[in-house]
Amino acid sequence: MKKLMTGDEAIARGAYEAGVLFASAYPGTPSTEILENISGYEEIVAEWSPNEKVALESAIGAAVAGARSMVSMKHVGVNVAADPLFTWAYMGVNGGNVIVTADEPGMFSSQNEQDNRNYAKAAKLAMFEPADSQECLDMVKAAYELSEGYDTPVMIRMTTRVCHSKSIVEPGERVDVPIKTWEKNPAKYVCLPAVSRKLRVKLEERLQKLAAYSEESPFNVVELADDAAASCVAAAGQSVAGQSAAGGSDAAEVKKRIGVIASGISYFHAKEVFGSGVSYLKLGFTHPLPAGMVKSFCEGLDKVYIIEENDPYIEEFVRRQGVNCEIIGKNVFPSYGEMTSDVIRACAFGEKKQVFTPDAGKVIARAPSFCAGCPHRGLFYRLGKRKDIMISGDIGCYTLAAGAPYKAMDSTVCMGASISVGHGAQKVFNMTEKPRRVVTVLGDSTFLHTGVNSLINTVYNNSNTVNIILDNRITGMTGHQQNPGSGYNAKGEPAPMVNIEELVRAIGVKHVKVIDPNDLSAVDDALDECLKLEEPSVIITRWPCALKKFSKEDKAEFSPLFTTRNKVDAERCIGCRACLRCGCPAMSYDAASKTVVIKAEQCLGCNVCAQICPKDAIVKA
Amino acid sequence: MTAMNKAMSGEMSQAAPDLKGGDGNDTKSILLVGVGGQGTILASKILTIGLMEAGFDVKMSEIHGMSQRGGSVSSHVRYGRKVCSPVIEKGTADMIVAFEKMEALRYLDYLKKDGILVTNSEEIPSMSVITGQEAYPNDVLEELAKSCRNRVVKAAAMAAELGNPKTANIILLGTIIKSMGLEGIDWDKILEGNIKPQFVEINKKAIKVGMQAV
Repeated sequence: MKKLMTGDEAIARGAYEAGVLFASAYPGTPSTEILENISGYEEIVAEWSPNEKVALESAIGAAVAGARSMVSMKHVGVNVAADPLFTWAYMGVNGGNVIVTADEPGMFSSQNEQDNRNYAKAAKLAMFEPADSQECLDMVKAAYELSEGYDTPVMIRMTTRVCHSKSIVEPGERVDVPIKTWEKNPAKYVCLPAVSRKLRVKLEERLQKLAAYSEESPFNVVELADDAAASCVAAAGQSVAGQSAAGGSDAAEVKKRIGVIASGISYFHAKEVFGSGVSYLKLGFTHPLPAGMVKSFCEGLDKVYIIEENDPYIEEFVRRQGVNCEIIGKNVFPSYGEMTSDVIRACAFGEKKQVFTPDAGKVIARAPSFCAGCPHRGLFYRLGKRKDIMISGDIGCYTLAAGAPYKAMDSTVCMGASISVGHGAQKVFNMTEKPRRVVTVLGDSTFLHTGVNSLINTVYNNSNTVNIILDNRITGMTGHQQNPGSGYNAKGEPAPMVNIEELVRAIGVKHVKVIDPNDLSAVDDALDECLKLEEPSVIITRWPCALKKFSKEDKAEFSPLFTTRNKVDAERCIGCRACLRCGCPAMSYDAASKTVVIKAEQCLGCNVCAQICPKDAIVKA
Repeated sequence: MTAMNKAMSGEMSQAAPDLKGGDGNDTKSILLVGVGGQGTILASKILTIGLMEAGFDVKMSEIHGMSQRGGSVSSHVRYGRKVCSPVIEKGTADMIVAFEKMEALRYLDYLKKDGILVTNSEEIPSMSVITGQEAYPNDVLEELAKSCRNRVVKAAAMAAELGNPKTANIILLGTIIKSMGLEGIDWDKILEGNIKPQFVEINKKAIKVGMQAV
């Protein structure tokens, strides 16, 4: 039965149908829903790993042991997993292995927009680029056949619009693929230099075979210009792909000598602009690229447009083939952001369809903010008021503290970097006459991802940073995934729980404080105490995310767990608005009554605002 | 006969999509915009399932992630014989439904000439307004009226009258159904198949309230 699915759901469905037995991942937008959906299939072992390197290594082990395995991550996660990735390509598989990378052209929820197609090329992997959800499903199934047939890991490169767009999918049945026999084979699986030198030669041979597959792959297709569409558009006197149409069959002929080469979602964006009157080379298998196909497609064309997001990955390949037609690529189109139809039309033809232009001065900003009841609010409200410190931040909802009203973050690089960037900075500040103190901030899941290594470094190299772990009992920003500290696994079953306090003590941190971040004087006291120390310290702010589905352990530990509400006593409120500086979306200033009001349906009673009010006008409702 | 066939043979209401086929230009585009938490995602989910079951090709695109945290959100819905891009091009939306009035202004550049704009009169202050960095302008609806005909709907009040403030998103879905001529689709059946049983009846009413509001 036909179903509307996101690309992520279709990848999960493809894994199910292809007989995958093991899947691992670390959450990251826009890849998170792949493993979330896989975890619903009881035939597949689905695991959240502490980070992407561990996830890939687990999937490698599963494939070596003979099962089909999948690992999924966002684009920057591949940087974390890059170490095993390159050598895994040398080894080849036993059971098939697919690595899904979800790239973010446009950076909707990421710190950079690196183009991970370069990883397939650098690590010498086979690669697919789906354009819609049906292709996600079909390509996953093809990828496992290819992986086992050519003895190679296969990468599937998604982008945000493929991951999070829904389109119609025709699901199929699961094929049970038996676990292959594992045999001792050091010449394949033990990458000592002597072994790797031989595998390196085989890797080149494999790439040549894959290049031959690329020429015949059903996912690389030529669509010839539709005669009717070419003359229909031309006769209407519209500008045809940059040529001023004279009308009649001459213009149609001109249009037919124009080609478009595109991969992934860019193909669909391009088709909106160029229509069916031009020819397309639609590339779905993009490493290695099909040289013969590119050359024969370009023969007889006057002009070829290469439409791809981010780097000129296809364009550089086409240019190297020495084709005779004019190539229009990154000389015209930007190498950043999405290649949506607007962008293509504006860059290629200087046209835009926009008719209404709202007065920009009237459009107020609406940036995301901490939710009502967010346990980060109390901490950052107080931390942002400290002078003479540098705050080294990390990746999570709490990165929002960089903006107003907190302005409590001075750097954000990548997962786990807060502690180590802060360490390096502190070492240098300590060389100055009046050393500035460094406070590092990261979440529980981020700490367990790669922050642990950084804290070991801080202790080992004798630093004196103050390190705050925001333990909100879940992986928050990506939409509430379990992690090794939450007490549950990806399937929602009870799991062993890392005790963060014991862990940091075992690393060698002598000064550890666990506080309730909604208690502002506890926040102040902990900061005062730790900032005086000549040794490293850790403050764990322990309170669950307000949006979390609370576990029975949460209900036993935290009280009151968002069961109260606050209100403003209008008699006592003097309208000073000091409370609004805690940045709560449940509060606003009412100009008519000259008092602050709290929306009862939004307030969760965290009580942070009540502690700020100089007149004790905020009380329990 | 499927609703799509009906639409193509002109049997639906006068606002029925004009599906000529050919160069991909029969695709209709609806943009739903609002603030995280207002229910745009559920409304677009119901809409797209209805369109699919009526026989249309459908694509929908929305952005998740940090935008959930009280930020501005948008869902792009496109349908027709064969849809190419899931993303609406600026200046081409047949209809914009704004769940919050400032969001209508923010996304107005997506609307085509003669496109339909429906705006919920609700006003949600952003963090920059709450903390006093910016003021929420008091003439948003007037500003919208300068550009195009804007049908203002008091969805929050209508939902409260129905007995559940959370039905505002389905009331706004009703405005889409009426404005885009999609009454031929069995929406009651779509609701029954896709929302919790205890909310089906009130949402059936909500769709009708929305249809009458435009």
